[in-house]
Amino acid sequence: MSSRTVAKRGFNLDYMMWLFMRLSALALYTIGLTGLIAAFVMSARTQTDISTLIRWTFFPNPSHIISSDIINLDSWINSFWQVMQMLAVFFGVTHGINGLRIVVEDFIGSNWWRPIWRGFIFILWLFILLVAVYVVLAS
Amino acid sequence: MALNRKVGFFKGLKYKGGGPMWAWILHRLSGLAMVFFVGSHIIAGFLTQQFGSDVGIAINIVYENWIFQLVLFFLVIFHAVNGLRVTLLDLWPALLEYQRESIWLEWLVIIPLYVLILFTVLKSALGL
Repeated sequence: MSSRTVAKRGFNLDYMMWLFMRLSALALYTIGLTGLIAAFVMSARTQTDISTLIRWTFFPNPSHIISSDIINLDSWINSFWQVMQMLAVFFGVTHGINGLRIVVEDFIGSNWWRPIWRGFIFILWLFILLVAVYVVLAS
Repeated sequence: MALNRKVGFFKGLKYKGGGPMWAWILHRLSGLAMVFFVGSHIIAGFLTQQFGSDVGIAINIVYENWIFQLVLFFLVIFHAVNGLRVTLLDLWPALLEYQRESIWLEWLVIIPLYVLILFTVLKSALGL
């Protein structure tokens, strides 16, 4: 088993994705903290339990606060949180699928399998992204 | 320039990389596990929301099980904190000299966070 060929230095896919992994991780931290802090500013302090708060921090989706005692949902379910969910979905799914690509390409080396795996992983990325966006828009 | 490391599996097992090696392995495994679990949670959410599907509900019953939650929370917290450590070391490469110490610091952040999660999950699971 041989390991994969390391790409040349410079501005290429591997460099771009290396940078993207760091930036998307920081973006996910920011999205999570925004959700957490905003939840406290809204009514989380008195109207939710900690499980709801944690679910909301990971993903600010209406179905994640369904079992709480929030009286006025206006500030919790609106287009701002839909945008935040879209951002979380884009950064989260892309980060995860690119991680999968890195692990797979570490093991298969550079042969004719590589473009096939890349194509398969790209389709998987598109599929999960579209399904998640559909769920966000429909919830 | 090809980097060709012909190292067999059993020879690889003998490598003593210590903390950084285990952090790398755990980072990969937790990442792959999260891709699988979060991916299935997205699919389950879609199926339940659109069709009220039994498959979606079944996946989410497993997902919301407290033992599963404890495992998943560990993976998420480890991956997040270790990823932040890697990012910080990449931004300030001078700190790489202290990467073993950075792993101790990492566990110092993870353990209190996980104890909070443990307390929260067990409290609702066991009705304490």
